[in-house]
Amino acid sequence: MATVSATARRPGPGGPGRYAVLLAYLVLAAVMLLPFLIVLGNAVKTPAEYSQNGPLALPEGIYLDGLRDFWERVDYGDKLLNSLLISGSVAVLAVVLSVLNAYALGIGRVKGRLWVLVLFLMANTLPQEALVYPLYFLAKQTGLYDTRISVIIVFTVVQTAFGTYLLSSVLSGFPREILEAARIDGANRWQVLWRVVVPVSRPTLSVLLVFFFIWTWNEFLIPLVFLVSNDNQTVSVALGVLQGQRLMDATMTSASAVLGVLPTVAFFLIFQRTLTRGVTVGAIK
Amino acid sequence: MTPPASVTATPSPKTPGTPGGPDAPTGPGRSRPVRRQIPYALFLLPGGLLLLVVIIVPFLMNLALSFTEWEGVGEPRWVGADNYRELLGDAEFWASFRHNIAVTLAMAVIPTFLGLVLAAGLFDFIGKRFGPRTAAFLRACIYLPQVLPIAVAGIVWSWILAPDSGALNELLGLAGLESLQQDWLGDPGKALFSVMGVMVWVQVGFPLVIFMAGLQRVDPALYEAAEIDGASWWLRFRHITVPQIRPEIFVSLLWCTIASLKAFAFIYVLTKGGPGGATSVPSYYSFENFFDNTRVGYGAAVATVLALIIIALTVVFLRRQSSGEED
Repeated sequence: MATVSATARRPGPGGPGRYAVLLAYLVLAAVMLLPFLIVLGNAVKTPAEYSQNGPLALPEGIYLDGLRDFWERVDYGDKLLNSLLISGSVAVLAVVLSVLNAYALGIGRVKGRLWVLVLFLMANTLPQEALVYPLYFLAKQTGLYDTRISVIIVFTVVQTAFGTYLLSSVLSGFPREILEAARIDGANRWQVLWRVVVPVSRPTLSVLLVFFFIWTWNEFLIPLVFLVSNDNQTVSVALGVLQGQRLMDATMTSASAVLGVLPTVAFFLIFQRTLTRGVTVGAIK
Repeated sequence: MTPPASVTATPSPKTPGTPGGPDAPTGPGRSRPVRRQIPYALFLLPGGLLLLVVIIVPFLMNLALSFTEWEGVGEPRWVGADNYRELLGDAEFWASFRHNIAVTLAMAVIPTFLGLVLAAGLFDFIGKRFGPRTAAFLRACIYLPQVLPIAVAGIVWSWILAPDSGALNELLGLAGLESLQQDWLGDPGKALFSVMGVMVWVQVGFPLVIFMAGLQRVDPALYEAAEIDGASWWLRFRHITVPQIRPEIFVSLLWCTIASLKAFAFIYVLTKGGPGGATSVPSYYSFENFFDNTRVGYGAAVATVLALIIIALTVVFLRRQSSGEED
């Protein structure tokens, strides 16, 4: 078995076979990226160039007026701050709530956990359009209407549904010996949660953080209804409203799409390193 | 092998007779006083209270609305179970469920399966041979469509799928395959398949990222041992990857199925339910009643029925998942 163990780190088809697999992945990646490139291409065309050559031709030059017009028309800077504030707060708060819920359900295995989980999942199973009228009424009653905090609260609860489910599924397979060892070392449940469970679950928590941020960023319906004043609006709402008014030509639509997507892409690229920098159970510190 | 750290290095000295009992008294050798532990249920309190205010109460209000006739302004008028009676006989509503089977296939089943194979390939093949950076780059590309607001995705895909000078038809023309050119979104026989294709494109990154994060948890020694035994990639996939990330597979399937039952946005931006209702789904129908026709009471009834169906599905699914875990 000497030869096998010598190549144990690189098994399976070697040589040209492995490049075939890589090539397949690269083709797939190109298919996934193509629509983005089309949008980017159109965002830097002049309207005249667009109507002459169509949406799929390569841009002849870099024309940034579409981007600038959109930026000024919607006060993009302010909208960006609102979106960052709302999505960032929701992402962090929803991760914390998910951890607390999942600790009770997945590790504590509280009585009737299946039904508790079903209740938490209702935040997602209920169609959002069904929530809009009642939430509007409640927000008016509590004086939270047209505040960013109202949207933060609503989406924290909505996003927690997924976090609670994913984390409690993952944690119900958590190695009992580790919990036992920590308990014998004198840690109480609160300490076990933050010093043992959370560090081990870090890759999954990063995934949740990224998902929550991006999902909240792209939410449209509830922010549209709740954030009526211009000062509180988010990027997605500004984008959707302008599109709905049909005041934009195709190049400006593309420009708005680029500005709408750029922050989430940047966020994903920054945070995607944390997705793999995992702590495996065998290497807890 | 990485040196095992403190927690796992010492196999836990289990107190006999208390197999993991949370409130079990500490062993006789310990001088620590027996403390009352916080009940686990207390950890549910903050989440539970917020859930009550933001979801449960509005759900009950929506339920009440479903027994009324209301245009969104003025006083709702009580009509009893009229909306539900109407819904039972509403052929359009029930027909739209049939399309949802296709949508569930495209948003849940295919992406989960594809995501599983792609994640295993990236983790156990690309990552090991071309380095983790290559794997991370490819993962980012495949995930990217998830970042795109659905409204923007709709615009781009309508450019690509346009019958005249759309990118797909141009491409087929260049390849000399004119016979395959189609009116992708306008032909009643093809529209549903085109929408399904776009859905797979959007959705596949979601399971991929969850699965790759789940694989971080798997002890690398398992893969190494399998490789030394000469197990092929497929064998490792079936006997290590799939069983180890079982929880994630369940989560992805259920979550995407729920999403597919609420998938009105895709339909809205790509086809508006057309041509001729060929791509209408129940959630689109509910949205139409709430906002286009402002029949809030009827929309509330549609949403309630849809929510109850999804909840029933969730319960069945979670039952299966937890019985699988106890094996």
